Amino acid sequence: MEFLVASAIGAMTTAGLYLVLRLRTFPVILGMSLLTYAVNVFLFASGRLTIGAPPILRDDVSTYTDPLPQALVLTAIVISFGMTAVIVMISLGAFLGSDDDHVDDQAEPGPQSDGDRS
Amino acid sequence: MSLFFIVALPFFGALFPGVMNSAGRAACAGVTFTVTLAAFFGLLTNLPQILADDVVTARLDWMPALGLNFTLMLDGLGFFFAFLILGIGLLIIAYARHYLSRDDNMGEFFTYLLLFQGAMVGIVLSDNILLLLVFWELTSLSSFLLIGYWKHLPEGRQGARMALTVTGMGGLAMIGGMLILGQIVGSYDLSVILQNRELIQADPLYVPALLLILLGCFTKSAQFPFHFWLPHAMAAPTPVSAYLHSATMVKAGIFLMARMWPVLSGTPEWFAIVTTAGLVTMVLGALIAIFKHDLKALLAFSTVSHLGLITMLLGTGTAFGAMAAVFHILNHATFKAALFMSAGIVDHETHTRDIRRLGGLRHLMPVTFVIVTLAALSMAGIPFLNGFLSKEMMLEETTHTVLFGLPWLVPSLAVIGSLFSAAYCFRLIGHVFMGPVRDDYPASPHDPGPGLWMPPAILVVLVVAIGVAPFLAEPFVKLVTASLLGGEADVPKAYFKIWHGLVPALYMSVAAVVGGLLLMLIYKPLLHLWETTPRPEAKTIFEGLIEAFAGLARAVTAGLHTGAFTRYAFIGTITILAAGYHAWTTGTLAGTTRELQSAGFVPVAGWLMLVAACGGLVFLHRNRLLSLILIGIVGLMVSVGFVFLSAPDLAMTQFTVEVVTIILLLLALNFLPKRTPIESTVLLRVRDASIAIAGGLASFALAFHYMLRDAVDAPISGFHLANSYKGGGGTNVVNVILVDFRGFDTYGEIIVLGIAALLIYALTETLLNGPVRARLLNRTPDRPVAGDMHPMMMVVLTRVIMPVVLMVGFYIFLRGHNEPGGGFIAGLVVSIAVVMQYMASGFAWTTARLRYPYHGIIGAGVLVAGLTGIGSWFVGKPFLTSDFTYVRIPPFEKFELATAALFDLGVFLAVVGAVMLSLESFSRLARRADMEDSEHPMDIDPSRDDPPQDKAGQMSEGG
Repeated sequence: MEFLVASAIGAMTTAGLYLVLRLRTFPVILGMSLLTYAVNVFLFASGRLTIGAPPILRDDVSTYTDPLPQALVLTAIVISFGMTAVIVMISLGAFLGSDDDHVDDQAEPGPQSDGDRS
Repeated sequence: MSLFFIVALPFFGALFPGVMNSAGRAACAGVTFTVTLAAFFGLLTNLPQILADDVVTARLDWMPALGLNFTLMLDGLGFFFAFLILGIGLLIIAYARHYLSRDDNMGEFFTYLLLFQGAMVGIVLSDNILLLLVFWELTSLSSFLLIGYWKHLPEGRQGARMALTVTGMGGLAMIGGMLILGQIVGSYDLSVILQNRELIQADPLYVPALLLILLGCFTKSAQFPFHFWLPHAMAAPTPVSAYLHSATMVKAGIFLMARMWPVLSGTPEWFAIVTTAGLVTMVLGALIAIFKHDLKALLAFSTVSHLGLITMLLGTGTAFGAMAAVFHILNHATFKAALFMSAGIVDHETHTRDIRRLGGLRHLMPVTFVIVTLAALSMAGIPFLNGFLSKEMMLEETTHTVLFGLPWLVPSLAVIGSLFSAAYCFRLIGHVFMGPVRDDYPASPHDPGPGLWMPPAILVVLVVAIGVAPFLAEPFVKLVTASLLGGEADVPKAYFKIWHGLVPALYMSVAAVVGGLLLMLIYKPLLHLWETTPRPEAKTIFEGLIEAFAGLARAVTAGLHTGAFTRYAFIGTITILAAGYHAWTTGTLAGTTRELQSAGFVPVAGWLMLVAACGGLVFLHRNRLLSLILIGIVGLMVSVGFVFLSAPDLAMTQFTVEVVTIILLLLALNFLPKRTPIESTVLLRVRDASIAIAGGLASFALAFHYMLRDAVDAPISGFHLANSYKGGGGTNVVNVILVDFRGFDTYGEIIVLGIAALLIYALTETLLNGPVRARLLNRTPDRPVAGDMHPMMMVVLTRVIMPVVLMVGFYIFLRGHNEPGGGFIAGLVVSIAVVMQYMASGFAWTTARLRYPYHGIIGAGVLVAGLTGIGSWFVGKPFLTSDFTYVRIPPFEKFELATAALFDLGVFLAVVGAVMLSLESFSRLARRADMEDSEHPMDIDPSRDDPPQDKAGQMSEGG
């Protein structure tokens, strides 16, 4: 189980990083979302994995999973929605304003241009 | 009156003029005057203690741990300055009432003025040097507002900026100096610091502290080489110049030097720096003043010169010098404020301040003439006026001052300075008021009403009174001097007299006055010489320096911040990987303490789907719609994983967030290109892929190692589990942590969420008000739109389902404290219900039925949560302390009432508002000119004439 979760984190990180390094806004946004998942799951896993022991107090149950990472991740999920929405809005505004959805500033003719895009 | 009130009155009073603005100009000025008068009387009530040589103090602990306390102290020196600030403030307010024109916003002006007044009073009454710094910076800021009050004038804006740059820089330096001083003494209380002269002067950090503090004082008091900002600050309205630049703000630096005199003065460093700077400033300022044609510029440079004189006197480090300085501060404040106000009168009446266009006003403005003549003659040092007395004392002092081993240097420079000073005073009288009456004034001048001339006249009465009967001022000046000296030296015995006998000072005085007169006789050739001599222009140098710094900053920023996001991400990733690698190779790894748990078929299947979706995203991301579906799968698998791993709350949150995120991305994709073109080379992609794989492996290794080991220390979660029911009254520990244990965090987070939503709204507004608007309105969709804009099935279904969803949301909200659910999840569920209406029935239909704006809902949420937290103050508990009780209303079962539920309601509202505001903003962009906003469901768009071509056309229906 631990291996599955860890490798899922790894897979999401890999895909996220690759997409973040793309040149257009949309894949970058997707990449960020993937990284968000990876980070959230990682934080969640810091409470270690427990199956079938939710943190809901019951009279006849004595083992529970760690509730604290869950609470922290819960707000993180909601906040990351807000942040995603802001990035999407910014990229959308940039695209509508310039008809260009590159994440990097495009080299312009003139002395100011240093089209150093990796 | 308590010192707190004296300081606080102007600050609180600053609220009134703005509010009273619509009540008329007289009311506005009246309330300002009243506030200042109250503070003035408050100050006077403390006079008996001051006369009895007591120090009045008031203390309030603010941040004791930092040594920053609201400690105020009123001694003779503080009283003297506060008296000047408030007293002259009263005259200025009366004057400004008549000076400002109808176009000027009086409320704004008086608000700034009172803020400034409060900050100045704060400086002179502070007993804590950190508090003093706070007020010090406040004067810089409020004077910036005052100097730039006429926002439409470029000179005003530039002057204000220059003043702020110079004094702000000095203020920064002073913070450093004061902190060093506090470190040396071990206390930030001025009264303690003033007792530790030996300790401070023996410390190796004395010189750095002195230099930094003097930098602050010199910039504030316009001492050479920082004198240049003051003349440019003259672009301010004349009441501001009269107040700030003659009597108060520029005296702040002088005040601080006087305040610190007992501990800082008397060393060779102090003597050399302060005396030299003062002398140079005095001579240079006076010289430039002679050749200024702008009335206020002349006065500005004369102020610079006189401030130099006072600085020089303080620099000598003798008790007599200090007494002369105090006396001159008083005298200068009276005659200079009168002169500035008179200059304002001349400007007001003739519509020009250019001396070359004036002359002969003696007959046209007799009252102003008398005022200016008396004040200017006092400044020139003519007997029977107060300027003569302090100038005589200054000259006397210089004969005992030996700088750089040259006994003649200081006296001769002082005479030269006085000579120049006399010259510009005579010019002021001669070139403005004497001579023949001209017929080319820009306006027909005559004396103004008493509202304008009365304030300077009152000051001139003082000028003459002190000049004729110096013994009137003597006890007061000696009292102030005693408190300035702080017991480090005895107050000199010398009496204030007009006639001291045939002493060197008298000859020097006569030389200065006669020389000044002679200089005026040869003014024309001198002016020609002055104008043909090349000399450095301070403003050009200043602007060059600023430009150089800005260029440097620009070069650094442009070099680092190239706009290449991909490069930042690349560098960032590599750095994090390198840091992680370093930690990995240098750290130690403990053995595993946890067993691997076996995974059944279902987790493996879920894992396979997640990994496949990730892989698909990498390889198929160019098809954007497909990649949205794939990322939906990833999110879904994560949610399922949460369910499986005992996190029902997380699963519900993730699931609902997933829905709104996908809707959001779909809305955005509506405008964005549907495919990502291939741009990067194979090499580049290989490079990116290898970085990505390295990052993925690293995070895998980290997570895997992490999960196989127990925490080094016992986690605090045990506390939460144990106290959730007992202390928080809920069995869902996650929810109790959110709304109770860590409620403050949650409170911050809903605010962040609200701000994010408002940001999106603001960006949308900007787009819709800019050039993008036309393009959006006339956009032709890049793929066929559905003819049936609001499909009947969907409309009916969503409307029927709406109450059900709302009920589910309500249920989830209510049970949140004890079962999975709560405000976050309920908020998301309800948002989805509303979003469905938007999607099915259209924007216009839904908006028309919307009663509350989403901003309001966000605000209400934050407010409800905040008020819940504040509520605990009323029972004497800290912010956000929760309480709960069980009630039973027949025939219902016993149920729980918790304040946490109220807090959760705030969370709920904020989440609904934020999610809806974001989505609504996006959908507002989608409205087009060629489409009628239809209120009716199930309408058919006739523009659709072609049959559906591709299956992707379904997307416009939304997920």
